[in-house]
Amino acid sequence: MSNFKHSHSAHCESGVMSTMLRHHGLNLSEPMIFGLSSAMTFAYLPFLKLGGMPLIAYRSMPKSIIKNIRKNLKIKMKLETFRNVAKGEERLDELLNEGKIVGAQTSVYWLEYFPDEMRFHFNAHNLIIYSKKDENTYLISDPVFENPQECSTKSLNKSRFVKGVMAPKGLLYYPEYVPTEVDLKPIIIKNIKKTAKKMLNTPVPIEGLRGIKSLAKSIRKLAKGDKRYAKLFLGHIVRMQEEIGTGGAGFRYIYASFLKEASEIFDDNETLKEASTLMLEVGDEWRNFALNIAKAIKPKKEIPYDELAEQLLAIAELEANVYRKMLEFNGK
Amino acid sequence: MDINSVPQDDSSTYAKHKKAIYAVGDDGKVSVVGSTGWEVEEAATKQALNDLQEHAREAYEIVKSGEKSTLYFHMYDVRMDLQVLSESTGFFKWTISKDFNPEKFAKISEKRLGVYSEAMGKTLQELKELPKGLYE
Repeated sequence: MSNFKHSHSAHCESGVMSTMLRHHGLNLSEPMIFGLSSAMTFAYLPFLKLGGMPLIAYRSMPKSIIKNIRKNLKIKMKLETFRNVAKGEERLDELLNEGKIVGAQTSVYWLEYFPDEMRFHFNAHNLIIYSKKDENTYLISDPVFENPQECSTKSLNKSRFVKGVMAPKGLLYYPEYVPTEVDLKPIIIKNIKKTAKKMLNTPVPIEGLRGIKSLAKSIRKLAKGDKRYAKLFLGHIVRMQEEIGTGGAGFRYIYASFLKEASEIFDDNETLKEASTLMLEVGDEWRNFALNIAKAIKPKKEIPYDELAEQLLAIAELEANVYRKMLEFNGK
Repeated sequence: MDINSVPQDDSSTYAKHKKAIYAVGDDGKVSVVGSTGWEVEEAATKQALNDLQEHAREAYEIVKSGEKSTLYFHMYDVRMDLQVLSESTGFFKWTISKDFNPEKFAKISEKRLGVYSEAMGKTLQELKELPKGLYE
């Protein structure tokens, strides 16, 4: 693919979709993709453990961006999984031979171009394979890297066919039809409402603002338990918020960027502009929260459990204001 | 966050890479800025990495003392735990725990060892040995 252009994104799935659609003539930024797929959320699932730690997510389930964008923008997108490595590799090569660029789900741990410091067992990392350099080397556009990467067949196969939670089963995806013009306005209106409502009125205490409040409660409870675990738990929150390709502050900055872009599409809509500013402030508060955790997890430091919990509750309040502001927006 | 306050802390955990962070420019637009690191995030990543290393080091000593089989060390060496190894192999946790017994592990079938080998990206021979001179 000689005319393919890599771009550096914050998050893998929104980054892949933005780059892939741009390649097919539909120019949408990463934040726009993120906003149009209602990807921002908060979820705290204490009973679902990853590497011994509960799942804390600031975005919706893996693959939901791909699927929501496909639905909302009326794109025809093919998703293929495979029963074995040989079939998966063969099909990838076939698609590349046809000149396609192909999205894939992979495990971070087995991608050899990831530096050791970033290799963890996470099976839902997205990237684009855009060409083959030679028989044994794929050219990869990995959204979270500044520049394109190279990856051996062996390493890519391993990371596509890892087993376990969110196993990729060799998943490949590529668009078969992409509209070059889309009326974004109705999709923006719909998804702003959807996100705001989801965050404000979750029926279960594990998602949205209620999820944030549950997490605050769990932090208070840590005071009664093992301190080593408490520090790991708190560090885990920071990692989920900052490390896993979130664009900063658990996707809040990306979403603020989406709101800003949306305000421009609606002729500098004031409500959306304000919502964007508020969301940036929310992001700053999440960053402050992370900063306080970093201080607390240092060796020999006491952990201010209640203060951290209070700070989270304050963030939940601030977020609530943004979502109420978003609900004021009616597209006019 | 504005563009000028995006941390550029040269974190070792970024391994010379840059991460895309969204921040506000002087024109009020929010866009991507490359960050070389943030010490807050670095502290959290390092904590997790140290924890993994600590587990591997402990496992190394335990295996060296003959208390557990080499499989136990290799599990931590590839940054797994019993949960992840169980998910990656499809084996029940309790059957894996049995393979941590050195005597049982010595008699493991080639087929079962092959599944471990596949999941952990190590050769059959590697799995049966403890690398020499680590952590000394």
